[in-house]
Amino acid sequence: MGKLQAVTGNQAVAEAMRQINPDVCAAYPITPSTDIMQRFSQFVADGKVDTELVTVESEHSAMSACIGAVAAGGRVMNATSSQGLALMWEMLHIAAGDRLPIVLALVNRALSAPLNIHGDHSDGMGARDCGWIQLYSENGQEAYDNTIQAVRIAEHEDVRLPAMVCQDGFIISHSIESMEYLDDKVVKDFVGQFKPTHPLLDIDNPVTYGPLVLPDYYMEFKVAQDRAIMNAKKVTLDVAKEFEKISGRSYGLFEDYKLDGAEIVLVVLNSAAGTAKDVIDEYRSKGIKAGLLKPRLFRPFPSAEVAETLKDAKAIAVLDRADSYGGFGPLYMEIAAAMMTNGSKPTLINKIYGLGGRDFFPENAAATLDELKEIAETGKVKNHKEYIGYRG
Amino acid sequence: MSKTIEIRWHGRGGQGTVTAAKVLADACLSTGKNVQAFPEYGPERAGAPLRAYNRISEKELRVHCPVLRPDIIMVADPTLLDSINVLEGAPDNAVLIVNTGKEAKEIRKKTKAKDSQKVLAIDATNISLETIGRNLPNACMLGALTKVTEIVPMDTLLEDIKGSFGSKFSDKIITGNLDAAKRGFEEVKEG
Repeated sequence: MGKLQAVTGNQAVAEAMRQINPDVCAAYPITPSTDIMQRFSQFVADGKVDTELVTVESEHSAMSACIGAVAAGGRVMNATSSQGLALMWEMLHIAAGDRLPIVLALVNRALSAPLNIHGDHSDGMGARDCGWIQLYSENGQEAYDNTIQAVRIAEHEDVRLPAMVCQDGFIISHSIESMEYLDDKVVKDFVGQFKPTHPLLDIDNPVTYGPLVLPDYYMEFKVAQDRAIMNAKKVTLDVAKEFEKISGRSYGLFEDYKLDGAEIVLVVLNSAAGTAKDVIDEYRSKGIKAGLLKPRLFRPFPSAEVAETLKDAKAIAVLDRADSYGGFGPLYMEIAAAMMTNGSKPTLINKIYGLGGRDFFPENAAATLDELKEIAETGKVKNHKEYIGYRG
Repeated sequence: MSKTIEIRWHGRGGQGTVTAAKVLADACLSTGKNVQAFPEYGPERAGAPLRAYNRISEKELRVHCPVLRPDIIMVADPTLLDSINVLEGAPDNAVLIVNTGKEAKEIRKKTKAKDSQKVLAIDATNISLETIGRNLPNACMLGALTKVTEIVPMDTLLEDIKGSFGSKFSDKIITGNLDAAKRGFEEVKEG
């Protein structure tokens, strides 16, 4: 086991990157992820890593450089937030469609306008359909652990897809918390050597990336892409098992927190899940059957597993830190769709919270649980979608 | 220490308040506690009022939101008392430590602290000017905090101040900070 540290989420991810020692990184910093690349570029300058750090003129170029480098045959990482990810959007699809296993640290931040630098999930959810694996992290420890595991998941021969590891901007990225680093050698051995498949620099075996594919084959490519990302479910669990051996920390597709016999359930991502867990404990100690499900792997979404886990719940509140204006929140839509796959019909409500870094307090979780309790008893829902923690 | 201790710092940008919260977290970590240290991020400007927070606990810390009911309130700049209700949300047994040249009794009156709340004064600005040569009150504030609570032993705090500043600053600054912390411990007064 490693040593306990008091570090920020950004520091933890920069440390994971140092230990992974990628071949290439492209840097175009943006708040609140800036700190990751700032620290990492110091590692480069100090000779602590062998990475070629490419300074580029935009996030679009950053992702383009990453695509070129990984296609050439290197292990590639990057970090961004918010507008940075939005500007990468076009290239995100290309990385996934070309099956290039880049690992991106996404420090979740709200999207403009109005301009806001604080944590919400609009950026990650906006990239939901880009074909990237998405792992969400509650705290710095999970961001660190997920970054190391993401390398193995993305590069697995059954997957070969890019992955983004998400953590909440400021709330986690800039907060100091106790956590544990693994030893350098342990991480090095765990991630192993990058094995390029069909590298562009293998000039004896020339290949084409990103060719024109017309209606006669395009769909076969896309179905293959879906199969590949679905393979990431099993790979994520296999990698987690191995990771537990080196760290003592266990991970799944999602965290099941006191869901055994739970009648009322909160589904919530990232840092707010931690806040809500303390409230679940309070309710359990009062004899109320409350539980929490925290998705970790959001893409691919483990629909069948989530539906099986939640099938006996009476009322579920899905908390979204991103909105789909005029529709339900993205996590809600995922859970609602999942619950349809096995015919169980708990009552679902959607709460949008924490946009632009608005604080999520234990009181917000408690009020939602109280509402669920009433729904479970009466079967009546006042609002299927509601915003919480805002001035009305 | 069975419950989680929650601390709220009030300072001004550029005074080292965030660093103080970090040093405290490091010192508490050395004693095996779980720690959090995080500032409130607004537009960052030197001189603007800011808040920072600590949580210290035997238990794993999972809550991720600002401290609303602080057990301990640290005020690094006395001029903030004119514009901010530093006791907002403080429970009846809260401890308030203020960097001020005034008597603790006067601070008690000014902040309208309840009788059950502890009010302490330490002249951290003058002490830091004498020991460090600059108005950097927070090592002294940490010394005072160590005196009035049992969060962390003084020796551990001093070790961590040395560790945190060791790589970045000259011996004079480090010695100054250590002396400031010691004087904070010795000179803090209740009123």
